[in-house]
Amino acid sequence: MTPSSPPRGTARPAVGRPPWVLVVPAVLGLAFLVLPLAGLLVRAPWATLPERLAEPQVLEALRLSLVTATVATAVCLLLGVPLAWLLARVSFPGRRLVRALVTVPLVLPPVVGGVALLLVLGRRGVAGQWLESAFGVTLPFTTAGVVIAEAFVAMPFLVISVEGALRGADQRFEEAAATLGASRWTVFRRVTLPLVMPGIVAGAVLCWARALGEFGATITFAGNFPGRTQTMPLAVYLALETEPEAAIVLSLVLLAVSVIILASLRDRWVSP
Amino acid sequence: MFRRLSLLVVAVVLAGCAPGEAGGRELTVFAAASLTGTFTELGKVFEAGHPGTRVRFNFGSSATLAQQITQGAPADVFASASPATMKAVTGSTGAAPVTFARNRLEIAVPVANPAGVDGPADLAGPGVKVALCAEQVPCGAAAARALEAAGVKVTPVTLERDVKATLTKVELGEVDAALVYRTDVIAAAGRVTGIGFPEAARAVNDYPIVALTSGLAGEFVGLVRSARGRDVLTGAGFEVP
Repeated sequence: MTPSSPPRGTARPAVGRPPWVLVVPAVLGLAFLVLPLAGLLVRAPWATLPERLAEPQVLEALRLSLVTATVATAVCLLLGVPLAWLLARVSFPGRRLVRALVTVPLVLPPVVGGVALLLVLGRRGVAGQWLESAFGVTLPFTTAGVVIAEAFVAMPFLVISVEGALRGADQRFEEAAATLGASRWTVFRRVTLPLVMPGIVAGAVLCWARALGEFGATITFAGNFPGRTQTMPLAVYLALETEPEAAIVLSLVLLAVSVIILASLRDRWVSP
Repeated sequence: MFRRLSLLVVAVVLAGCAPGEAGGRELTVFAAASLTGTFTELGKVFEAGHPGTRVRFNFGSSATLAQQITQGAPADVFASASPATMKAVTGSTGAAPVTFARNRLEIAVPVANPAGVDGPADLAGPGVKVALCAEQVPCGAAAARALEAAGVKVTPVTLERDVKATLTKVELGEVDAALVYRTDVIAAAGRVTGIGFPEAARAVNDYPIVALTSGLAGEFVGLVRSARGRDVLTGAGFEVP
């Protein structure tokens, strides 16, 4: 059936045309989001793309970006899902305040977040001093530092979407499981998690994308050294200083890789 | 409701335009981040000498400012931390920039100097954490030249995006030493110690300035190069030609 032919027989009730008050802003919004990308595509020096891609520093930065964003997302899942559950399912004094505190990394300029991380986990930081004297571990200027900076900035995206999914989920399923004798952990594992899986996947995708694009906290906390802490956004920023065209190419590479990965994941794990 | 809202919008837009349209004249100066202190002071001197004129500043990385100007940002004066970025702006217009200041590198160490750094050779010592500017920015290019002149091969833990970020790593004690400008060491007096070294003379950074429009812009450049301007610049640690 083509879209133009009217549905015959017992069609679903006509919902009418989409109203222009919604369509016009929607199209404007889309244009606003997509036009800057078009700007990049138009200005990109396509001819030099292959040789730029072959530069070892680019591949190194790309590999580092993908690895650190993925590890950071795993860290966020491990800590963020339980945190979201706590906020949605357990009532405790000061829950509103904690919920607001979770969004602090969203509000904080990432560079400030990086400085804050240095003050806590740096060589002279409260926890950093102890880490160094007790275990000989220093986090700034290491790949682990990149993961920490990215997880700090990206975790709120995961927590907020998972908490939203938890609060929207029908709690009667969990109650039914509990009346049947399931422990709270079993309920979480066998009922709650499957119920909110789409929310977790959506949150993880947001979290991963944010971690992949992370710049401010990373360069401040982990510094910038090729192969160790120089992720793609850092490489793009520095390329912008001397070769804007190279910066465009690098941005497009990052963009293309992330879109391909996200699109293929969506097809595999999230049913349309 | 809508009417009131639109009135508000109009009022805000008018207010935003007011200083440029209604009040006196305005001069827009794009200047390298390392000139923030000195140029803000000179801007006040200029306003005092030109009643009704406002000087607006846009401080940032020289390369970023140059890009903004070539993309059409309205600048009357451009003061850059490197001749190369200046060339990107004046190359097409044919305007002639002049060098008004020079900056040289120093080794900055935390006041306690935990690694006992005393000169460039110590930067290569085992376990000494060093921060340098990335070679893409002027202070990084200068650092590479100075270290080469000193015959020292340094493996930094980080290549920072600009000189202020490099200095911050020293102030926070995350690194044992960094190469930054003398002016930055002076601005952070009490929090870091500066160590001069002779090879820094091989990597002195020239600061060119140019008037991109006629009239007030030329007068501002004149002020920067006047005795008063030179006083302010040398007070901050610059050398003046």
